[in-house]
Amino acid sequence: MIEYIIAKYNYWAYIVLMMIGFYAMIGKGNLIKKLLGMNVFQWAIILFYVSTSVKKGGATIPIIQNGHGPVTHAVDVAQYLNPLPHVLMLTAIVVGVSTTGVALSLAIMIYRKYKTLEEDEILQSEEYEALKPEE
Amino acid sequence: MIAEQFPALIIVFPLITALLINVVGWWWIRPCFYMSILALAVSFISSIGILNTVVTQGIIHYKLGGWDPPWGIEYVVDHLNAFILVIVSFIGLLICIYSKKGIEQEMPKKIPQFYSIYTLLVMGLLGMTVTGDAFNLYVLLEIASLASYALIAMGEDRAPLASFNYLIMGTIGACFYLLGVGYLYIVTGSLNMADLSELLPKLYHSKAVLVAFAFFLIGIGIKMAFFPLHVWLPDAYTHAPSSVSAFVAGTMTKVVAYVLMRVMFTIFRPYFSIELIPATTVLGWTAVAAMMYGCVLAIAQHDLKRMLSYILIAEVGYIVLGISMANRMGLTGAILHIMNDALMMACLFSVAGAIMFKIGNRDITNFRNQQLNKKMPFTMAAFTITALSVIGIPPTCGFFSKWYLVIGAIDAQQWVFAVALILSSLLSAIVFFKVIEKIYFKPREPVHPDSGGTHEDVVMDEAPISMLIPIYIMVGGILILGILSGKIISTVIQFAVPASF
Amino acid sequence: MDVVYSIKPLLAIMVSLVAACLILLTGERSKNLRESWTILASVIKFIIVVSMVPSVLDGNVLEYTIISLAPGLFLQFRVDAFGLLFGILASTLWIATSFYSIGYMRGLKEHAQTRYFFCFAIAISATLGIAFSANLLTLFVFYEMLTLATYPLVAHKETPEAIKGGRKYLTYTLTAGVVILLSMAIIYRLTGTLDFKPGGFVAGSASADMLRFLFVTLVMSFGVKAAIMPLHEWLPTAMVAPTPVSALLHAVAVVKAGVFGVLRVILYVFGPAFLHDTGLWILLAYLVSFTIIVSCFFALAQDNIKRRLAFSTINNLSIVILGAALLSADAIKGGMLHIAFHGFMKITLFFVAGAIYVKTHKQNVSELDGLGRQMPLTMGSFAIGAMGVCGIPPTCGFISKWYLCLGSLAAHEIIFLFVFLASALLDAAFFFPIVYRAFFKKTKEDINPGFNEAPLFMVTPLMATAFFSLVLGIFPNAFVHFIEIAALAVQNIMGG
Repeated sequence: MIEYIIAKYNYWAYIVLMMIGFYAMIGKGNLIKKLLGMNVFQWAIILFYVSTSVKKGGATIPIIQNGHGPVTHAVDVAQYLNPLPHVLMLTAIVVGVSTTGVALSLAIMIYRKYKTLEEDEILQSEEYEALKPEE
Repeated sequence: MIAEQFPALIIVFPLITALLINVVGWWWIRPCFYMSILALAVSFISSIGILNTVVTQGIIHYKLGGWDPPWGIEYVVDHLNAFILVIVSFIGLLICIYSKKGIEQEMPKKIPQFYSIYTLLVMGLLGMTVTGDAFNLYVLLEIASLASYALIAMGEDRAPLASFNYLIMGTIGACFYLLGVGYLYIVTGSLNMADLSELLPKLYHSKAVLVAFAFFLIGIGIKMAFFPLHVWLPDAYTHAPSSVSAFVAGTMTKVVAYVLMRVMFTIFRPYFSIELIPATTVLGWTAVAAMMYGCVLAIAQHDLKRMLSYILIAEVGYIVLGISMANRMGLTGAILHIMNDALMMACLFSVAGAIMFKIGNRDITNFRNQQLNKKMPFTMAAFTITALSVIGIPPTCGFFSKWYLVIGAIDAQQWVFAVALILSSLLSAIVFFKVIEKIYFKPREPVHPDSGGTHEDVVMDEAPISMLIPIYIMVGGILILGILSGKIISTVIQFAVPASF
Repeated sequence: MDVVYSIKPLLAIMVSLVAACLILLTGERSKNLRESWTILASVIKFIIVVSMVPSVLDGNVLEYTIISLAPGLFLQFRVDAFGLLFGILASTLWIATSFYSIGYMRGLKEHAQTRYFFCFAIAISATLGIAFSANLLTLFVFYEMLTLATYPLVAHKETPEAIKGGRKYLTYTLTAGVVILLSMAIIYRLTGTLDFKPGGFVAGSASADMLRFLFVTLVMSFGVKAAIMPLHEWLPTAMVAPTPVSALLHAVAVVKAGVFGVLRVILYVFGPAFLHDTGLWILLAYLVSFTIIVSCFFALAQDNIKRRLAFSTINNLSIVILGAALLSADAIKGGMLHIAFHGFMKITLFFVAGAIYVKTHKQNVSELDGLGRQMPLTMGSFAIGAMGVCGIPPTCGFISKWYLCLGSLAAHEIIFLFVFLASALLDAAFFFPIVYRAFFKKTKEDINPGFNEAPLFMVTPLMATAFFSLVLGIFPNAFVHFIEIAALAVQNIMGG
């Protein structure tokens, strides 16, 4: 059992990280803390993907060693890590950053209106009550 | 030559236009609207071209950049895709026309930004539909979602908070989808949907694949607002600007439902989704709960848009119910319902937007005093016809999708599903006739027969033509597409249902 | 039976749809123009429908397909003898109702007249659509259209009671509608078709239990509109509508559509053979006999004229269904004839009730003393109509009741003969007081207002329908050959 946990320690670490992020998103009342939780959640997933590119047998980062100029011979694939997940995660990081950007601008809008970022206080606040869509 | 490039054109043209609108908007505001219309018109024409090609020649495989799959990203358009492309681009175009007056009233200073992000949203949804690569779908899903978060936050006063909550929940959903793709990549090494479909059957027993499927379902469920993961929808769609609600209500949830169909029947073969794990059973019963929940809660609402959001949750339940029946008729009903529901929801939310534009509030209990039947007779007529379609009265299109869903339930011997379908028809009848009563019938004291009715002449104050024309095009579609559903099924939908059914 | 392709069914239905649009467009601007659309459409419609009679009597069936919806499902019209019977009834009486509505609406200076005439036109289109449907699906489409078109008519007055009445009407009919939808879907899956066939097409396609279940659900859900007890409650409540609407509901459109649907189900979907073999006919016969007798007692207890007439209608509808349930040729013929003849008689009675209201604002039987002196034409027509419903010769009601009694003898169940006779006696019990009060009692106020009839537009239609009740009683085959058509329909069912 212990070997099982130790052998996959990276996956367990990501699970813990993901759950921390998830808890923050759901359990915390402050909008910025929710946002931080969302970020942690997303990075956990990104790290998970990246860690799947590792190969046994001492593979190294996917940059050709001692190379200069165009490559003229075949490359031994087992020597290099799988670059595809890294590339996919570049995209995912970009997505995460844009989401954070949008979320932060929303937070600014909310702060300007309600002068607070605590969700409980916003829902109780007079401005929120006054902004009923009907009437 | 152009026709071959349609699958790429449908994405690239709006994308570049969206960026250009933002730039042009710094100096001149007027062209923004027209640029957006141009981009969406090009998308619409491309989508019709694609549908035509698919119907006459068969599945289109378009390789981006000329790279062969599975190394390159591939756009695969079969009958199901093409059908939904046409629907999404059509509604996108109509609502863009509809939005002109509304946006000028609601956010006069942000017009270029609105049209830029709106075009981006339509492009994201079209991309989600057309792609054949699982990761590319995630990227486009996030593009569409981000655009929708931004658009919803532009709405009335409670909108930013609603959009923030939607953002948090939506990101969870998309991340779950990403996790699902990740698991599949780990075990197969491929991201292309057709390739995955070949590689996975040997791995169906592995736990990673099972977990991947679960993540897919939950992630898609959150994005689709499938009960009980629907919590973000009522707030977000109620407070969004009218045009935004009209568009996303009609399309976003439907495109994600299409993604569900792709995941369940293309990536994972039907054998997996139906027999190996009882996903369809679970989905079916949850869908019944969704239908009941949506209809019952809609009865209790005062705000017209909020009521329509709950009806939307019920409609998503219909589509998933059709998918979960796992037979030809049920899937036909589900796909037909995607088309019908897109039209109905877009039309209903457009009407709500028109009422908001003219009157300034959407409280149903107020409708009686507003004399809407005299002030806005055409808009109210459109509302009534669309309401009849939601209830499922022939010959509107809503009846025909319900018909196929009921037949699918009978074929699957699931009598509870059939009864749930007709029960939800009755519940939605209660919901809509409550509103129709308030519009058309004012309770009045019994008129003494000799007094003669005195009516203060209420002047007709209709919504502007740029709003009425899209509404009436959609109403026309609702009336005509129902009767033509036989033709639609025999040309397109019959082939869109996976062949093993 | 030869199939003839003809666009006439579609034309007949389209006439009033076009008229409805024209009415909406003309609106309040020119009231006379608006009324003339109604009258013009009704006359044209009558001509088209009657023009189909010779062809159908020759044994042809006029067919027109609008579109194919799915394999085996068409939106299709097929005019056979039974459908034509109902169609003739609807189009004839619509002419009368149109004139009468104009008189009533103008006499009371009612509000929302454009909406009224618009919904009226759509309702008659839907009724003809039901009459000419070739299959259950087409019937269902027009059935729901009828529900929706008549809802604004029921809630027309917009008082709280009217709105409640409309809500109740909608609840009953929409629920019935969805049950029909479910049953239809099951039948379609079992047999692959929904087309009406004389003698039924369902038998043998599924287990007896399933078929029995389907029969019960279909008959009861069509029975909601046909006001079979205990699903009849909407009908007296719907009396809150203006009288022309009640006349339309009770003689022409809604309830007759319900009965028509029930008969189609019994005779053209399941077939007499099926009912006989499974013994369902006895069950149905007892159920509707219960309605027949009990509704008479309810009628006795009502003081409001229209409510009394409502229960009388419930009575007569179940008489029609009993006729069909008895499964003998004469009984079915009697039932079909009763659909038509009762229409003429009941519409007279309702017209009279409305005329009384317009002229004197009286709504209750107890207020009718001495009215015969003031309005002899009106009350005379009432007397003729009442005689007809009781089945007294020489009215046409006697003819249909005669066939029904013959049929119950042929079915070897004497008890139903007694049901018919008892119903006739009870009918007399609650109609006779009205006639007696009107003609033989002095007015309460002791002033004799003299001859003071209802407006011309109202008196003429009601006298016309009363007159036809008499004429059809003496020459039942006059004008439109009702008896021959009914006989042809029965022959197709039993022999075919």
